Amino acid sequence: MNSSKIESLAPWIFVIALFVIWELVCKLFGVSTITLPAPSDIWAAILRYWAPLLRNSFVTLWTTLAGFALAVAFGLFLGLVVGWSRTIYRGLYPVMIGFNSIPKVAVVPILVLWFGIGEIPAILTAFLISFFPIVVNVATGLATIEPELEDVLRALGASKLDVMRKVGIPRAMPYFFGSLKVAITLAFVGTVVSETIAANAGIGFLMAQAGSNFQMPLVFAGLIALAVEGILMYAATAWLEQRMTGWAFRAQGSAAA
Amino acid sequence: MISLKDVSLAYAGRTGPVLALEGTTISVGRGEFAAVVGPSGCGKSTLMKLVTGLVKPTTGVVAVDGAPVTGPVKMAGMAFQNANLLPWRTVTDNILLPLEIVEPYRGKFRSHRAEYVAKVEDLLATVGLKGFGDRFPWELSGGMQQRASLCRSLIHEPALLMLDEPFAALDAFTREELWCVLRDVWQRLKFTVVLVTHDLREAVFLADTVHVMSARPGRIIETRDVSFTRPRDLEVCYDKAFTDIVHDLRNQIAQVRKG
Repeated sequence: MNSSKIESLAPWIFVIALFVIWELVCKLFGVSTITLPAPSDIWAAILRYWAPLLRNSFVTLWTTLAGFALAVAFGLFLGLVVGWSRTIYRGLYPVMIGFNSIPKVAVVPILVLWFGIGEIPAILTAFLISFFPIVVNVATGLATIEPELEDVLRALGASKLDVMRKVGIPRAMPYFFGSLKVAITLAFVGTVVSETIAANAGIGFLMAQAGSNFQMPLVFAGLIALAVEGILMYAATAWLEQRMTGWAFRAQGSAAA
Repeated sequence: MISLKDVSLAYAGRTGPVLALEGTTISVGRGEFAAVVGPSGCGKSTLMKLVTGLVKPTTGVVAVDGAPVTGPVKMAGMAFQNANLLPWRTVTDNILLPLEIVEPYRGKFRSHRAEYVAKVEDLLATVGLKGFGDRFPWELSGGMQQRASLCRSLIHEPALLMLDEPFAALDAFTREELWCVLRDVWQRLKFTVVLVTHDLREAVFLADTVHVMSARPGRIIETRDVSFTRPRDLEVCYDKAFTDIVHDLRNQIAQVRKG
């Protein structure tokens, strides 16, 4: 087997090794299922509870995506506004930093008081936690236009809007799509946190329930479901990034060559 | 074409106002090739921004085409040391950019696109980039990018071309090659050029007049006509008369650097 083949298999080898070691440790040291269930116990739980796992995964998925969609729309809008004007940037910056430094867990009870237990607090938590990196990235992309290029365009009589449309926005796109990978991960965190605290569906809710019934294999089955969902969503945004702003990667590649 | 009368410019620096230019008077005729040389940091680039209307003078008057400049002149072509091409656009699309902005091309850009693309190809052939229109900027060498940047500054047939050390980042051979490219394009289209540079040979080889600036705050301390016959060949750089002028300018700049 040549080295490139080994390299392409490496992720699988590592994942399988992790589970094998986990299984062995549990069996050899006789770890109780209540403390740490072995992968075989978790697998059994997945098989037994696949229907509720799937149903709740779906709830978590759509609430995350809804919050993420809100974050994309709002983040893109705010990022463009902030990147457009230095005054707005200076004015909003402290507010945004302050807002972003609030742990969003603390906001969930307020959202529950306003909207009741259910999907809406989860969607809003996902939104609140994930829009910030989008704003910062889009604004950075706009703010770092080469001043000389701006001079070239302005000497032609270009308006601020022209400069933004022709240069600023296309230039900010790699930053924007890059931030989506971070944002989707955060949105997922937000949803699960909110579901764990106050919800009647979703993987977070399922895990909280299973936990209070000491069904540890099911709790871990929930974790596995979260991991799978998280990887899928991350992969989707990474793919989108590659597809939409391939030029940014190619440019780097050629510079390195 | 261009006249600056007793122009000063101060801007707010970190430790109070900085005087970039002081009492600068300069005039460039229509179709003239003017070069501005001087020690680094003498406000040569500030001069470019003043002429194109990107900054307003603190005192004095800047006039282009007889009318005082109050805002961006909306017609000047500019090129800098960095080619500044947009990496998401092909070479052709990069060069088309000014036409998407400047009137009257802007209004009919969509309907006349094919015609403009033909114009780009024509220009690319002039600078020795024939067939490179579909490439992306990062597929080109530094010299080729600078050629494309030159095309972008010329596509809208500007009456005024402002060049800010456009060849400074290139190797010596490529630089001389591009001097000839610029010489030929200028001789063909006869626009007015202001070339800011610190390369004295470049200034003397290309320009009709060379203006020497003092150290900051910048002033024009000497204007010298260069009267070699055109079209000039690179060989002229090895003439005694040519080297004498370069030597002379060199001494002057050495002096203002000390002063």
